[in-house]
Amino acid sequence: MLLSGADIIVKTLIEQGCDVVFGYPGGQILNVYDSLYKYSDEINHILTAHEQGAAHAADGYARTTGKAGVVISTSGPGATNLVTGIATAYLDSIPLIAITGNVPTTQIGSDSFQEIDITGVTLPITKHNYFVSRVEELADTLREAFRLSLSGRPGPVLIDVPKDVQIAICEYTPKEKVAADEKQPAKEIRIQEAAECINSAKRPFIYFGGGLISTAAQEEMLELAEKIDAPIGCSLMGISGIPTDHPRFLGMQGMHGHYASSMAMHNADCIISLGVRFNDRVTGNRAKFATKAKIVHIDIDGSELSKTVNATHGLRADIKLTLQKLLPLINKVERKEWQEKIAFFRKEENDYLDNRESLTPRKAILTLNKHLGENTAVATDVGQHQMWSAQNLSFKTTRRFVSSGGLGTMGFGIGAAIGAAFGTKERSVLVTGDGSFGMCLQELATAVSYNVPLVILIMNNGVLGMVRQWQTLFFNKHYSNTVLNRKTNFVDLARAFGADGEKASSVEELDKALTKAFSTDGPFVIDCSIDKDEFVLPMLPPGGSMDDIIVKVGDGI
Amino acid sequence: MKRYTVAVLVRNDFGVLNRITSMFRRRQFNITALNVSETESIDHSRITVTFDGEENNKQQLINQLYKLPDVYSIKDLTNENAVKSEMLMIKVGNEPETRADIRAAADAFEAKTMDYAKDSMIFLLTGDSRKIDDFINLMSDYTILEICRTGIVSLEKGSSVMRKITNL
Ligand SMILES: Cc1ncc(C[n+]2csc(CCOP(=O)(O)OP(=O)(O)O)c2C)c(N)n1
Ligand SMILES: [Mg+2]
Repeated sequence: MLLSGADIIVKTLIEQGCDVVFGYPGGQILNVYDSLYKYSDEINHILTAHEQGAAHAADGYARTTGKAGVVISTSGPGATNLVTGIATAYLDSIPLIAITGNVPTTQIGSDSFQEIDITGVTLPITKHNYFVSRVEELADTLREAFRLSLSGRPGPVLIDVPKDVQIAICEYTPKEKVAADEKQPAKEIRIQEAAECINSAKRPFIYFGGGLISTAAQEEMLELAEKIDAPIGCSLMGISGIPTDHPRFLGMQGMHGHYASSMAMHNADCIISLGVRFNDRVTGNRAKFATKAKIVHIDIDGSELSKTVNATHGLRADIKLTLQKLLPLINKVERKEWQEKIAFFRKEENDYLDNRESLTPRKAILTLNKHLGENTAVATDVGQHQMWSAQNLSFKTTRRFVSSGGLGTMGFGIGAAIGAAFGTKERSVLVTGDGSFGMCLQELATAVSYNVPLVILIMNNGVLGMVRQWQTLFFNKHYSNTVLNRKTNFVDLARAFGADGEKASSVEELDKALTKAFSTDGPFVIDCSIDKDEFVLPMLPPGGSMDDIIVKVGDGI
Repeated sequence: MKRYTVAVLVRNDFGVLNRITSMFRRRQFNITALNVSETESIDHSRITVTFDGEENNKQQLINQLYKLPDVYSIKDLTNENAVKSEMLMIKVGNEPETRADIRAAADAFEAKTMDYAKDSMIFLLTGDSRKIDDFINLMSDYTILEICRTGIVSLEKGSSVMRKITNL
């Protein structure tokens, strides 16, 4: 059938199984919005308050569903407003498709109104991007974009479509939904070598990240853990990958990781790393990182192998398929001594736990836990509240922790939580800070307009807490520009947007507010008071090693 | 630190070179020369990258190249199993006192005279980078006015060829 480029874009999105897109209209994308109007029975468009919010929403949708999220914007400022969202998705390997309009091909390169070279701008933050100059290439380019964004290590892809290409007409032939590239296990010999290494280990430790979630290899990983009697830890991106209360799970690693998890990794003689990269926030001082361990590293992206930490066995392959081949080669063992050591680390961790009865950050998150459903997605912003959430939230279902790990984008949370609500078709939760919330709070309007069931918990400490913590520790308590103490009344603000809210200054008040929030139809804001001098602990100082870990207030503080 | 040569077969389209050099810049690879040309197929261009680094830098460079959808095939041509050559054009001052020495050196290196003017001469020299470095070194005793070199191009010995590999 003969269709315009704009119709082809929308038709191809529908053909690729996309039922909801997020975006914001403008001059150079008007034709696509006209097509969205035409096909509104088949595809739902969510209008956000800002393109950044739309990009984060598409990202939150992708994180919770595993499908590609789609965001649409106009040229120029619309396109540049997507940049932070695209970069966030890039660093966390999230499949995101960004479609931008641009000025007609005849005007490209002439600095015309709202013309920006967005393929140039996004070159280093996309897996790939396209400038489509002929309508005949449009449908296949979009399909290719879906394939690329979902294949191998997922990531964002941008497609820039000049206005005349949206108007031009050509034949459209529907095609099948594209499949991600076929995945491959590692070579047999490599698997054998890795198996030998694992079999000869005395203190194995399994460490997983977002890559394990994206290929859904949980079952295989747990079977491996059973066989070799190993504890499991994860990166920030791995949270919710397996149930938080799994008996083998020690929690997150890294700068603010769980003590027992970090100690187990530090003392391991073999670290089996699955879909995780050894980022500086995880390793601290690389020279002193897990010096006793051999590292078996499986990742679909070969460039992660031995990038920062030398892998004894680096396998560029799909984790799930590789583990399936590896498992039969692994000897079943019990490791009493190692388990005793782990139990000891756990006990130590317990002794350090903050058990104050007041409304501490930990208490706040534990109170929230009581209200979460099995399937509730929790998004966070960036700062102390993000780490308190990562440390204390409890998950049952995979893909339910939605947090900007790689880029650490303040303002990510509200858009992402809205996207997560569409992705899970359930109420979602945002845990944010007073600073982060201030960055993109206009998306409250979106949540109200679409009546998105959304619980927003602001951990309001009146400060840019995470930065302040560093100032306390490393800058002689010079609190330069981190004290907010703004006069914003978040409950009134929620009301002004047409939502509801409540203040909470004690555990009881918080519990009550949460009960109300979880039974409200639409967004509900809780302004929860947190002391400005609370710390995120433990803390591995930047560039430090496990010997420098700070576990409680008083150690080196 | 070692010098590596890697050949990359890429899609022949505008913007592809930019994607590749942008990745080199972003990850701060120490590129010493880059050569781009058309190939036996109009769909492919061939890029020859010469860079300095350690073995793991080379591996990282190859791994990062593999991730670019426009890259069709990569070959490490650092080893002895490849022929390499580079071309130099050098313009030197033409002065009566040094003329004979310069021409003698050019003859010894089998450099070709491309231009001979009252005040200057241009020589063309082809060979491995070492030979070219030596010649430039020799000329630095005189007045070098301008230098232009192509960077290494290289092919593997024998009948094996680089072809587009699908599903890298
Ligand atoms: C867009 C952006 N700007 C700046 C930062 C640096 N930064 C990291 S955490 C933080 C403070 C966050 O404050 P808040 O949201 O109130 O969270 P808290 O740490 O107080 O829980 C800042 C400024 C960032 N991560 N993102
Ligand atoms: Mg704060």
